[in-house]
Amino acid sequence: MSSFTEEQIYRYSRHIILPEVGGKGQKKLLSSRVLLLGAGGLGSPAAMYLAAAGIGNLGIIDFDVVDMSNLQRQILHGVEDIGKPKAESARDTIKSLNPDVKVELYKERLSSENINRIFENYEIIVDGCDNFPTRYLVNDACIMMGKTNVHGSIFRFDGQVTVFKPKEGPCYRCLYPEPPPPGMVPSCQEAGVLGVLPGIIGTLQAVEVIKLILGIGKPLIGKLLLYNALDADFRQVKLRRDVNCPVCGDNPTIKELIDYEEFCGIARH
Amino acid sequence: MVTIKLFAVYREKAKTDRIELDIKTDTAIKDLLEILKERTPSIKDLLTGGRGMIAVNQEIARLDTVVKDGDEVALIPPVSGGVLV
Repeated sequence: MSSFTEEQIYRYSRHIILPEVGGKGQKKLLSSRVLLLGAGGLGSPAAMYLAAAGIGNLGIIDFDVVDMSNLQRQILHGVEDIGKPKAESARDTIKSLNPDVKVELYKERLSSENINRIFENYEIIVDGCDNFPTRYLVNDACIMMGKTNVHGSIFRFDGQVTVFKPKEGPCYRCLYPEPPPPGMVPSCQEAGVLGVLPGIIGTLQAVEVIKLILGIGKPLIGKLLLYNALDADFRQVKLRRDVNCPVCGDNPTIKELIDYEEFCGIARH
Repeated sequence: MVTIKLFAVYREKAKTDRIELDIKTDTAIKDLLEILKERTPSIKDLLTGGRGMIAVNQEIARLDTVVKDGDEVALIPPVSGGVLV
């Protein structure tokens, strides 16, 4: 884009005044392309802050519809959205917050069939999905396509955030080589989740996205940030790329995308 | 003495966020996990079938990493959350 409108200068004035962002950085944000996996607990705060920050192109993939039980944490949606596709509800909320943002919707289930077509349009993937088969699919696709994956995950009162940047740090499989056996890790529905927790974690993901686009600070590449809400405890664990990693290691054995769900047996929904 | 810090599902199952283990000599993680299974049967299954991440002194470790007196070992399971896409 060439220059700001007067309205944009005013809208983004608190960014533009920051030396770390400035007019140049704000233009970078406005021309960036970010894909949100899910318009749920993690995707809601991430989408809202990224939209408010002026991320120019936001993709949202979600095939679900808004349910009353989502409203405890999924702040993109309201009572009037119940029964509406989450992607559409998310777009309406984003548009009312910032019309500068172009929103692209994908109301489809992510799989090895469509992931390349969807991911190729974006620089950064914000992973807020709810199941391990998709986590592994997303990880492997990001490595194969060279996309940066800003990962957030939650369990009851615990959250994890990290950035998987191909060639610069480890990937999800360096931490957890294979999906956990069914039943080892209950889903949010089975386990419950403190409604604010995805707010904290999704917001941290938004911060990492903005840092990556602007090239400022130290992104969470090679570092896993752990948050426990009950203890108000933040800590970081240093990670390393595993040279034997089956997907990003020196001699990768996984060269094609895997749809794990067929044999993973994790309950959907 | 080695302090084992438990996260997420480990903590829920063990009903504690830390376990202290007296070890006489330097011990590999894989042996430490065997001691832990004996001590804390509630997380035995998770440790056996599990694929959690292990960090020693806040740095990712391997099963052959050796821990010594005073080290902190963290057991960090994968968590998911979020929405179905």
